[in-house]
Amino acid sequence: MSHGSKSVRTISAEGLARVEGEGSLRVRVHDGLVTDVALEIFEPPRYFEALLLGRHFSEAPDITARICGICPVAYQMSACLAMEDACGVDVGERISALRRLLYCGEWIQSHALHVYLLHAPDFLGCADAVELAERDASTVQRGLDLKRVGNMIIEAVGGRSIHPVNVRVGGFYRAPDPSAIARLFEPLRRARDAALATVSWVSGFEFPEVEGQYRFVALRSPGRYAIDDGRPGSSGGLDLSPAQFSDLVVEEHVERSTALQATLGGNDHYLTGPLARYALNASMLPDVAREAARAAGLGDVCVNPFKSIIVRAVELVFACDEALRLVEAYEPPAAPSVDVAPRASVGTGATEAPRGLLLHQYEIDAEGTILRARIVPPTSQNQLTIEDDLRRVVEGGLELDDDDLQWRCEQAVRNHDPCISCAAHFLDLSVVRS
Amino acid sequence: MNAVVDARATLAVWKFASCDGCQLSLLDCEAELLALAGVVNIAHFTEMSRASVAGPYDISLVEGSITTPDDVERILEVRANSRMLISIGACATSGGIQALRNFARAGSYANVVYAHPEYLATLDESTPIAAHVRVDYELHGCPVDRSQLLEVLVATLVGRRPVITGHSVCQECKSRSTVCLLVSRSVPCLGPVTRAGCGALCPSLDRGCFGCFGPSESANVSSLAQRLRSLGTSDAELTRLLQTFNAAAPAFRDEAVRVASTAVTLDQSPRRAEGGDRS
Repeated sequence: MSHGSKSVRTISAEGLARVEGEGSLRVRVHDGLVTDVALEIFEPPRYFEALLLGRHFSEAPDITARICGICPVAYQMSACLAMEDACGVDVGERISALRRLLYCGEWIQSHALHVYLLHAPDFLGCADAVELAERDASTVQRGLDLKRVGNMIIEAVGGRSIHPVNVRVGGFYRAPDPSAIARLFEPLRRARDAALATVSWVSGFEFPEVEGQYRFVALRSPGRYAIDDGRPGSSGGLDLSPAQFSDLVVEEHVERSTALQATLGGNDHYLTGPLARYALNASMLPDVAREAARAAGLGDVCVNPFKSIIVRAVELVFACDEALRLVEAYEPPAAPSVDVAPRASVGTGATEAPRGLLLHQYEIDAEGTILRARIVPPTSQNQLTIEDDLRRVVEGGLELDDDDLQWRCEQAVRNHDPCISCAAHFLDLSVVRS
Repeated sequence: MNAVVDARATLAVWKFASCDGCQLSLLDCEAELLALAGVVNIAHFTEMSRASVAGPYDISLVEGSITTPDDVERILEVRANSRMLISIGACATSGGIQALRNFARAGSYANVVYAHPEYLATLDESTPIAAHVRVDYELHGCPVDRSQLLEVLVATLVGRRPVITGHSVCQECKSRSTVCLLVSRSVPCLGPVTRAGCGALCPSLDRGCFGCFGPSESANVSSLAQRLRSLGTSDAELTRLLQTFNAAAPAFRDEAVRVASTAVTLDQSPRRAEGGDRS
């Protein structure tokens, strides 16, 4: 840890909490100016891109799910899309609809976890949700119940909530019985109400006045709010295929991080996730979610990163509503999966993990052996933008005492729900003032 | 074991190389979490709380495998600060999917992923917690089963042995009346040698067990391998089946090595001239 001269003021926290994974944060302030901000990621590397080499293409969904226990469905879905792209296979509407339902389950599970257990305690001055529950047990239980419904969907479609077992390249091992899907209807109706209550609850929080300058990147899919497919688009007007996007994204390995840091073309950092999706796709939200957003005071674009909690709550409304629609329309596919014959090719898949865009690209040979793997998780893409946010938050919060500034910084990181396990990864914070 | 001031036992949750999924199982106890927090003092759980109470702790749950020199030191501290240390999940009990590096040439993995491997401080092998410190109980699974996790916690709190069987997935299929995929349809299935606990989920979904709970007690993996071969499973498939999330668990590891050594001989015959999977 580098300390400056005599008047150095240091703030440090051994471990940023309520994020998934392990990293640290270092801020240097000189004469009231932030001179250096570094989000350091020390999650031990697990070398997924290497251990995939030589594996069979059919194994990618199960193996890459193990990158992240919070968003395994995202990994499974991006892996499936990439392999199906490589093999020139379209799984058809019914299998796609079932995948979207499964993915809605993960959005509900992950967003409820983040909003209630990881993020809301910051706004209410609590160390965690247990402390919050001592003041307001019914609200915390509402969040847990909402989370449960997300997991119920994943269990009904995927077999189990963490690392589902029913997903395969080409579709599913077994299509759920209509009765099992129908049983989700009532819990989902209650969950949608709980999600609406969540939007009003979080929109009443106090938010620091911060405006980020963001280059938003999210998938876009005609006629709907993109989750499980789409083309990467940006607030700067990009409209690319997943493969073109993969060509544009440059990842660098810097000394302070076991996560690679992504930019567009080597220069421009960007943000994926709820704020980006909302900015690019809000017009695709169903009425119930748009009205909730309007009532919560969100405009067409939200650039206050602290308000990402409202956007996440709006997405909870959307995911419940969308899941309800899919449950009502569910008809089992003729066969649970389509045959996927390997061919020598490169395939790319991109989907919207709860915390942002997740890109997979694989090169396989004619036997289906993986020759090359590339995985670009949301947190790698967001890392430089999070640092930019931190700089702004520290500059705007210099009047805070060290403890409060540290908390504010932690919160600024949690705004983006970083999944450090995904990006490779732990956070401990130190602010050096001189 | 009751203290004077706060009668609740203290619980700490630690993470090493892992996906966070096993500790998430604790937060996935949506119906029980607040009740649990009433009877134990969750003293250190970074994923859930920014507050941390200093040790020693009555119970430590440890997720993840040991893959860095720092973590070799850190697990010693965790052990020294814990009355009961329970390792949870495939990474903590066998080394996890990242233990595939144990079978690769040292350093070769880092070069594939990172431009500057010299920035990294990692070990050539991913090892389970019990390879470094005494472990009081191991709970298996990738991920662990939520109900089993609660059972282990409750049992430990009241000071009894957890009621968790070491038998195989086969018995769970029988008890839920799932028709045997291996016998009826020759689907490669690790059920006969895999620890029960998932409720035989995969066979109920027409999928062969892929061993995510690791080897059952006294698993006869060679015998199953022979049977699968006779049903037409290739050596490459067999190796892949054995080398996933519990690749370094001795029973799976040893059989995979045996298969590979046979495969070398077979590879030299014209029939197998194409070569096989290199996983």
